[in-house]
Amino acid sequence: MTGSKLRRLLWTLRSAVVRRRQEQDLDDELRFHLEAEAEERMAEGMTPEEARLQAARSLGNPTAVREQTRTVWTWHPAEQLASDVRFGSRQLRRTKIGSGAAILSLALAIGACVGAFRLIDALLLRPLPVEGAEQLHVVVRKGQTPDGKPNIYDSCAYPMFQLMRSAARGQAELIAVWYPERVDVTYGADSDMEKAYRQYASGHMFATFGLKPALGRLLTEADDRTPGGHPYAVISYDYWTRRFARDAGVLGRTMRMGETLYEIVGVVEPKFTGTDPGTMVDFYLPVMMNRSVLDRNSSSARTLVRLEPGANREALQQKLHGIMYAFEKERAQGFTGLGTAWMRTWFEHERLVLEPARSGVSGMQRAYREALIALSVLVGLVLLIACVNVANLMMARSIARAREMALRVSIGAGRLRLIQLVLVESAWIAFLAAALGSLFASVAAPLVVALINPPNNPARLELPMDWRVLAFSIGLTFVVTFLFGLAPALRASGVKPSSALKGGEDPHARKRLMHSLVAVQVGFCVLVLFLGGLFVSTYERLKDQPTGFSADRVLVLETVAAGKKAPAAWDEVAAALRQTPGVEKVAMLDRPLMSGGSWNGFISVNGAAPKETLAFYRLVSPGLLDAMQIRLVDGRDFLPDDVEPRAAIVNETFVQTYFGGEPRVVGKSFRTNASGPATEIVGVMRDSRYKNAKDPILPVAYFPMLALEKDGALRSSNAATFVVKTAGPNPAALADLLRKRVAQARPEFRVANIRTQQEIVEAHSVRERLLAMLAVFFAGVALVLAGVGLFGVLDHSVLQKRREIGIRMALGAKPWNVVRRVTSDVMKLVLAGVAVGIGCGLASEQYVSKLLYGVKVTDPVAVAAPTIVLLVVAMLAAVPPVMRAVRTNPAHMLRTD
Amino acid sequence: MPPNTPSRIELLQGTLDLLILRTLLFGPAHGHALAKHIQETSGEVLQVETGSLYPALHRLEAQGWVAAEWSTSEKGKRAKYYELTAAGRKHLVAEQSRWEQLVAAMTRVLRPAVE
Repeated sequence: MTGSKLRRLLWTLRSAVVRRRQEQDLDDELRFHLEAEAEERMAEGMTPEEARLQAARSLGNPTAVREQTRTVWTWHPAEQLASDVRFGSRQLRRTKIGSGAAILSLALAIGACVGAFRLIDALLLRPLPVEGAEQLHVVVRKGQTPDGKPNIYDSCAYPMFQLMRSAARGQAELIAVWYPERVDVTYGADSDMEKAYRQYASGHMFATFGLKPALGRLLTEADDRTPGGHPYAVISYDYWTRRFARDAGVLGRTMRMGETLYEIVGVVEPKFTGTDPGTMVDFYLPVMMNRSVLDRNSSSARTLVRLEPGANREALQQKLHGIMYAFEKERAQGFTGLGTAWMRTWFEHERLVLEPARSGVSGMQRAYREALIALSVLVGLVLLIACVNVANLMMARSIARAREMALRVSIGAGRLRLIQLVLVESAWIAFLAAALGSLFASVAAPLVVALINPPNNPARLELPMDWRVLAFSIGLTFVVTFLFGLAPALRASGVKPSSALKGGEDPHARKRLMHSLVAVQVGFCVLVLFLGGLFVSTYERLKDQPTGFSADRVLVLETVAAGKKAPAAWDEVAAALRQTPGVEKVAMLDRPLMSGGSWNGFISVNGAAPKETLAFYRLVSPGLLDAMQIRLVDGRDFLPDDVEPRAAIVNETFVQTYFGGEPRVVGKSFRTNASGPATEIVGVMRDSRYKNAKDPILPVAYFPMLALEKDGALRSSNAATFVVKTAGPNPAALADLLRKRVAQARPEFRVANIRTQQEIVEAHSVRERLLAMLAVFFAGVALVLAGVGLFGVLDHSVLQKRREIGIRMALGAKPWNVVRRVTSDVMKLVLAGVAVGIGCGLASEQYVSKLLYGVKVTDPVAVAAPTIVLLVVAMLAAVPPVMRAVRTNPAHMLRTD
Repeated sequence: MPPNTPSRIELLQGTLDLLILRTLLFGPAHGHALAKHIQETSGEVLQVETGSLYPALHRLEAQGWVAAEWSTSEKGKRAKYYELTAAGRKHLVAEQSRWEQLVAAMTRVLRPAVE
């Protein structure tokens, strides 16, 4: 940079700052000139009045002088930008309605995108706020089920974890974490039980993650020594805040879970909310406090692996796999009871894999990954549709401003200057929309999270508003600005002054662009409708899926007792419930149907080798089939003296699977244990849902709740579930009363959880319902936007052709011909767009099939419905412009020009 | 970044610039005095339009060839005084010799020497 250039730059920079003072200076300067001139004239003998007049005349038009002087003041790029920004905001305010509509539609679309990003970021992308999160992996086991289907899971037995940890020493630190569980805890009496999320975790997890206590101490390696010997709890900062209002006196307080008392020894720092995104853990317990920690057959700990810098992941994976293989092989040799070939060899098919887990690991991640990606595709498409609308609006505007642009070009504005001018205006729209959209997202994203789980157990996902979200929003805003602003900007800057000032340029060029944008818009819209339709029918299918039982008016009371209680005590409580007004029927079972718990085993018929298909069991009391309206196909219900495992009621699939569909199996028997007694089938029931709503029906056997122990006594139990069929249509209204009745009947009994059966069933379609709801919403938005876009283009085309229409009508064209002329081009493009949209939809099969149930992308209805809906909307959008075309008054039209 | 200006007025501007710079060689002056001086020394031939004088002065200032300062005039009024800078002086020398070459060339063409 030469000295003079630098000087000029400095001068310009200074002038940018002192612009206002400069204006003042120029005024002063010109005033001085006038005065000096006048004085001179007066010296020549003129009267002051005359002199002033003469002086003014010699100066000429002061405004023009000022204007011309100003034009030589140089404009710094930043200052030009500032002036463009001011100009842009003036433009927006001048066209309030159009700009407002553009901003609103974009705000909705940008907000949806930002919201989707926040969900995806929080659940799947954001690294855990711990040391070495980038090196964090999780042990995943990829095996097979007995019938050869892939079985992927991530739980290990703790003794196996210990072997792996010592083998990996030096290459990686291994951390065991149990799955977070929602449990009952109390800080006082049993009646004050409350729910909290518990997680057993290795004590060294806190040090490995570099976490510090906010209060007290954290768990350490020293807490992982003696089974049952470390009754300490570390609570989360969030729980400390919510439950204890950050009282420092929380240290040393005791909390009780079941029969065990724990002492709270510390609070972990706020940033750490657990390693399971979607669940915020309330308190951490030492692994040694888990009853089955040293049980080699209880596989319930997740293994997190943090690689040391420079460690070889492949080699470590090999090593850990070897340990798992040896461990499982040894364990399989110890299996007794009904052994099948699969049970002896299952581990041969299993691979241990270290998968990256920088964002933690959770069931919610697995359940919602595809759903969130599908959602973000939908909102992305809606954003593109909105962008097309705004682009068309800007295009129309820049055409209307062709003269202004031409003028700017002829007084020397460069092409880049004009691009900047139009882009700045676009940026105004985009930034206002982004600001509004971010507000929308900050309301909508938590709302979506709240919809993920049933209301009494909401998912809790931290949705921080930080630089990641900010960077995404700003980046998106720039992308959007260029998406809808660049084409109009290029058009505006490409204006040829000679033709524009003469009154117009080639109208076909811009028509082509607008039309191809319409085709794109229709294509996107059809794709959104198509996917939305698939999600909606998936939800419909799932919701209408017969469960095989009736959840109508059924309340489910999961009840616990302080210590094991004899069946007579449980019956006493059932009787008390039965006498409550409003209650029709009461029955019992071990765990509610479709509530997730599963218990299974192998079945042997007639002493043959057991089949490789697992059978699923449930314990039920007499009358349960009646209360849940599970129809008996053959045989009878349990009698009060039937005992497990002597009698069983099996479902039709069970008969099909193990008895080859024999017509009469009542009276026949099977075995669940080689050394145990035979089980007689007393009844056959219709198929009903056991675990979830999606999998094929499982072979199920119900056994009586009553069981004889080896010594001949009746088995006692500390937990069971009452099923209450109410007389009134709203079972939930009885919840509080029934809860009290249980405690009144036997004070040592307590209802831990009370739900309607309907609620439990619906929990299985929460994800589908969420996707369907959001898909319907965005399909609606997409349709409206596409309809508005089509209307705009058709209206524009009628406006342009009005002279032609006038002439044709004057020459006797029928209205039908006029309609065809006006709409044929656009309708052809709509059809092309529909075809492309449907094509994309069909091609999306492999990506969305995981989210679908009972419906395929090639379903004729799935293809036809969006096509028809879009065509109807296109026709509706065409009505006003077509009416306008038909009503054209030829005489009037021809006279105006 | 000066705005693009059509080339046909470039010459006129250049001329006025040259006159202003030359006049400022005598010392700092304000706009009015400059106009008067040019008018007088040119034998009233060159009428300096106020409408082009001030834009020219401001442009020269932006280009760094003159520097401006507010001070009190001989009659005790606040006036903006322009002064030639070192760069301006250099520019003047270059422009002046170019101008002289141009004039000499023009003269040779318009008035061929009579031998």
